[in-house]
Amino acid sequence: MANITLKGVKKSYGNNAVVHGVDVDIADGEFIVIVGPSGCGKSTLLRMIAGLEIITGGEVSIGGKVVNDLEPKDRDIAMVFQNYALYPHMSVYDNMAYGLRIRKLSDADIETRVQKAAKILELGVLLQRKPRELSGGQRQRVAMGRAIVREPAAFLFDEPLSNLDAKLRVQMRLEIQKLHRELKTTSIFVTHDQVEAMTLAERMIVMNAGRAEQIGAPMEVYDNPSSMFVAGFIGSPAMNFLPGVVKAGSLDLAEGVRIALPVAIREKTKDGDTITLGVRPEHFAVTASGMPFRVENAEALGADSLVHGYIAGALCVVRVDGHSRHANGDLLNVTPAADKLYFFDSANGARVA
Amino acid sequence: MEKRVVFRSAWLPYLLVAPQIAITIIFFFWPAFQAVYQSLLSQDAFGLHTEFVWFENFKTLFADDHYLLSFQTTAIFSLLVASLGLSISLLLAVAADRIVRGAFIFKTLLIWPYAVAPAIAGVLWAFLFAPSIGILGYVLKQWGVPWNYMLNGDHAMILVVVASVWKQISYNFLFFLAGLQSIPRSLMEAAAIDGASPFRRFWTIVFPLLSPTTFFLLVVNIVYAFFDTFGVIDATTQGGPATSTQILVYKVYYDGVKAADLGGSSAQSVILMCIVIALSVIQFRFVEKKVQY
Repeated sequence: MANITLKGVKKSYGNNAVVHGVDVDIADGEFIVIVGPSGCGKSTLLRMIAGLEIITGGEVSIGGKVVNDLEPKDRDIAMVFQNYALYPHMSVYDNMAYGLRIRKLSDADIETRVQKAAKILELGVLLQRKPRELSGGQRQRVAMGRAIVREPAAFLFDEPLSNLDAKLRVQMRLEIQKLHRELKTTSIFVTHDQVEAMTLAERMIVMNAGRAEQIGAPMEVYDNPSSMFVAGFIGSPAMNFLPGVVKAGSLDLAEGVRIALPVAIREKTKDGDTITLGVRPEHFAVTASGMPFRVENAEALGADSLVHGYIAGALCVVRVDGHSRHANGDLLNVTPAADKLYFFDSANGARVA
Repeated sequence: MEKRVVFRSAWLPYLLVAPQIAITIIFFFWPAFQAVYQSLLSQDAFGLHTEFVWFENFKTLFADDHYLLSFQTTAIFSLLVASLGLSISLLLAVAADRIVRGAFIFKTLLIWPYAVAPAIAGVLWAFLFAPSIGILGYVLKQWGVPWNYMLNGDHAMILVVVASVWKQISYNFLFFLAGLQSIPRSLMEAAAIDGASPFRRFWTIVFPLLSPTTFFLLVVNIVYAFFDTFGVIDATTQGGPATSTQILVYKVYYDGVKAADLGGSSAQSVILMCIVIALSVIQFRFVEKKVQY
């Protein structure tokens, strides 16, 4: 058990910087999810914490000890890989015992720890099998078992669920949550899937192009995104963006649609500023009058329906009740909830609030 | 899905395989049959008198100390060639897998020896090791080693082993490198996090995962040492001094061509044929089973 601190952690390959300095304090026992699109540097960041990549700037400390120059084995961490990285020629038992044998634990200790982990993960009957005889979900559990038996200060997960099918992914997500409740080990979980991030994280780090754009609890990030990137990345379907220009206290969107700016925003902008309005699909309501919404397509999901179409010239999604029927060509009027409007600087994506 | 090609004409498929069949029959089956037939005959040196003697040639062979000695020489030779060839090339492959800079040049240079004909490789090393003019012979003498492969049987063995290994390293290297590159990086990383030292990682993860490659190469190398090293030996020691480097395949040639004992020589080649068939069977059965873990 340990806290993990990153201080201005940077990574560059030659002149090509991929992580531009990340600062975060991870408390003991916290479950942190690093989320971002592919190529944003999230895996690199995790691999630097693990010691698999050289840290080219800044400091990583685990349990108060700077580990920049320590070998992975001396950092007291365990990692679960995307492809599980099980040793194919060893049985499940040997896979889990491998690290313990290297650390010279007694056979009895190893047996106890492996059996305990096997019990938690329901691997008991599989212990003598080889990895190739296991299903994807079972392999995933063995990979986690191998991490658990080590009783490390922190677990590092590198997109561990992305090789599983959708149903298993949901199931494993719940198991990981349960595991974390039981073990309370500091965990860092990397994923590109914002649903995983929302459901697993106590706090999440949203990364974009090598920078930590926002760090916070999932609902806090959802309710209060700090930039257009975060707003668009977290939440599914993504937030709708309507570009416009400020004119006399209101925002002129395309096709003659205009919306009054709240006082706080009005004070921070001047005529001619290019501002983008962000509204989540669930924050639009179909009303008698309002912004014209030209329906292109509707997807009925059961509980609700996603209606795709154009508002002020921008392609938008509106979430409506599952039983309302809309079809291509319908003309509706929608109104965004007044307290759920997000304004961003169109030029740099920064939140105006 | 039906993947077989169906020909409308009855004779076209036979025509298409005919060249291959013809080559196999003329250059493989016919000589093999000739060898088996010859091995049952006894012929005088001038070919004037031939007698059918059943298995007399084989009986004579196994009663012949020289033949048994040649077996022993072959065993030592192939063991040395296979073990040295495999271990050196594995070492080089591991190195090539690790280096980043100059990897291309390193790999290219390592593959070159394979393009050298066995006889040329033999002559090359014979020159290097020549007691009077060879640079390695000179160095050895400076170190006080009374080096002369033309007089000393052990020296001769070292020479042919070195030349044969040198030539085979390229082949082994390529297979080992491919094998190493097919091991996922994350396995090494997982082992590193588990606390395994690089040495331990190699022996507990890499080496077991390479075992299919290693086994395949072991068989190939033994076959190579048994049969393909003829050129090396003929160009350097010609089986000498005395018979210290006379491996089975060289003895076949020597007894048949030089000593004109066609029956005995054929009997030897029939035995060699059996050995190579056995080795091929082992290899194919293994390859069919594919990976062992």
